[in-house]
Amino acid sequence: MTRYILRRLCLLPLVILGVTFLLFFLTQRLSPEMRASLYVKDPRQMNALEEVIRQYGLRDNVFKQYGRWLKNAVHGDLGYSPSANMPVAQALKQYLPATIQLAVLTMILVVFFGVWFGAASAVHKDRWQDIVARFISVGGFSLPIFVLGLLLLMVFYGQLHWFAPGGYSIQTDIIIHGAGFKTYTGFLLIDSLLNGQWRVFGDVLSHLVLPAMTLCIGSFALMVRVMRSSMLEELNKDYVRTARAKGLSKYQIIYKHAGKNAIIPVITLAGIQFIRLLGGTVIVETIFDYPGIGRFGVLAAQQLDIAGIMGFSFLVAVLFVVGNLLSDILYTAVDPRIRLE
Amino acid sequence: MKLRLLKRICKSKTSLAGLILVSLFVLVALFAPVLAPVQNANNPYQLPQTSYQIEPQGPSSQHWLGTTEQQYDLYYGVVWGARLAFKIGITVTLLAFLVGLLIGGVAAYFGGKVDEVLMRMTDVVFAVPSLVLAMVIAAMLGPDIKNMMIALTAVAWPSYARLVRGDILSVKERGFVTAARTLGASGGRIFWRHIVPNSIYPSVVVASLDIGYVVLTAASLSFLGLGAQPGTADWGQLIAMARNWVLGAPGHPLAYWYTVVVPGGAIFLFVLGWNLLGDAFRDILDPRQG
Repeated sequence: MTRYILRRLCLLPLVILGVTFLLFFLTQRLSPEMRASLYVKDPRQMNALEEVIRQYGLRDNVFKQYGRWLKNAVHGDLGYSPSANMPVAQALKQYLPATIQLAVLTMILVVFFGVWFGAASAVHKDRWQDIVARFISVGGFSLPIFVLGLLLLMVFYGQLHWFAPGGYSIQTDIIIHGAGFKTYTGFLLIDSLLNGQWRVFGDVLSHLVLPAMTLCIGSFALMVRVMRSSMLEELNKDYVRTARAKGLSKYQIIYKHAGKNAIIPVITLAGIQFIRLLGGTVIVETIFDYPGIGRFGVLAAQQLDIAGIMGFSFLVAVLFVVGNLLSDILYTAVDPRIRLE
Repeated sequence: MKLRLLKRICKSKTSLAGLILVSLFVLVALFAPVLAPVQNANNPYQLPQTSYQIEPQGPSSQHWLGTTEQQYDLYYGVVWGARLAFKIGITVTLLAFLVGLLIGGVAAYFGGKVDEVLMRMTDVVFAVPSLVLAMVIAAMLGPDIKNMMIALTAVAWPSYARLVRGDILSVKERGFVTAARTLGASGGRIFWRHIVPNSIYPSVVVASLDIGYVVLTAASLSFLGLGAQPGTADWGQLIAMARNWVLGAPGHPLAYWYTVVVPGGAIFLFVLGWNLLGDAFRDILDPRQG
């Protein structure tokens, strides 16, 4: 076990080097002139292209250029992103908390509703609750995030005006960029509470509802499935029969006995799904114009902002690889039958 | 064998529904030229446009499912989108499977250092969520359908490589391989004629069921503007065009519902069909269940 973790930890930097080099290699498909022109805003400066190319060594061979990128990246300099109009490192630092906030809220929704629907489905097996839950779990798996997102936007923003897209309203924007608002953690939900700004907290939370609902659909469907089968398994065990024979109420049997045991695989799954949400945030943040790293990545990719793409991929790779390792370890910690080789 | 498989699928209502949905899309894709006559003979995937008016128009006798932004016909888009979905899904799955077969096979057959290096290559691709990697690759190559298929293949092959590698490792040690070797068969002959035919069927099933997932990822890329270009009969692209109209007209918030529901419904049913079919096959392939 320890050997396995050590091996994975040693491979981790190698894998990240591999993925960043692969992407860097791909950027070379664009000619040096194209890569240089990203940093030229005015058409009249176009004859300065050659100077930009020389200054940044865009004609050097790919290994030399990658080495330079890596050296700067290690020092925390990921270059300047024209699509976000700020240094890449600053953009990532600014957008990451918003994405984490979204992912955490999504996971809370997934676990809460997943456990609820899954348990109800198992307890009322083959009755309408079960049919509804199973229908949702099959359908939710197949409904593309971007279709659901647009439908929710249509109903809850267009029709009902309950929620709006974006990260926060203009009033909030004025408050959080004002003099009285102190940034402690970068997480707006936490900072607003620390500043005692309840209106900001409510506003940010209300902007999180639709993206979180959209993002949770796939994981939610999976969660219902796992909770249902886990609960069914527990309900058929001897200790539940004993509890019933002792004359405990149905509520106590379901929630105090079976439910507590059935929830273990669900929590593990939640840990694993958490990191998987990273892929989905790319689409959800684009639909709702939510200022997180997913939207930053999409804008960078659309505008061929190479520094942005590289920085975004680098961060996502680090998060993803570390997250996957942690969830593997979590898996063995919860279920001793699983051995990592 | 095939008949028994079909019987088992028909026994469960959900897998039967999956089979019907997928067959329906196959029929639509096959008969696309009959269902929606081609307008532009050079490129049948080009959506016909009756005018350049921007505002989408609701379903009418002329446009059965309405039109989306710039009067692209939604019915034509759904029908030819089905054909494009199969084209993308089958091409990408086939290519990715062949690459996976080659790399996984070489890794398993030679073992040792070769295996280690090739498997670390799969780790590199797994280090980023597949949608994110496909998005970045597609952006670098330039947004069109061919490059999107390359990007999708590039992120799909490693899982097949791992699958094939595992299967081949278990077959490699079997008696008939040793027998072939003692008879003096060459390495290539043993690999292609003995090992591969005896080990790939489970992976072939898994791969073919991934078509739904591949189409979903392709639609996501088109939605982000990194795949099919505006005017293509591609479901993801049609949904991307609907983005501008989700808020409806003043006073009629849901006025343009069909711009989302028509292409969105097509892709939902397509993926649903494959998922239901996939569940059925997983149950059948899992020997623990009777």
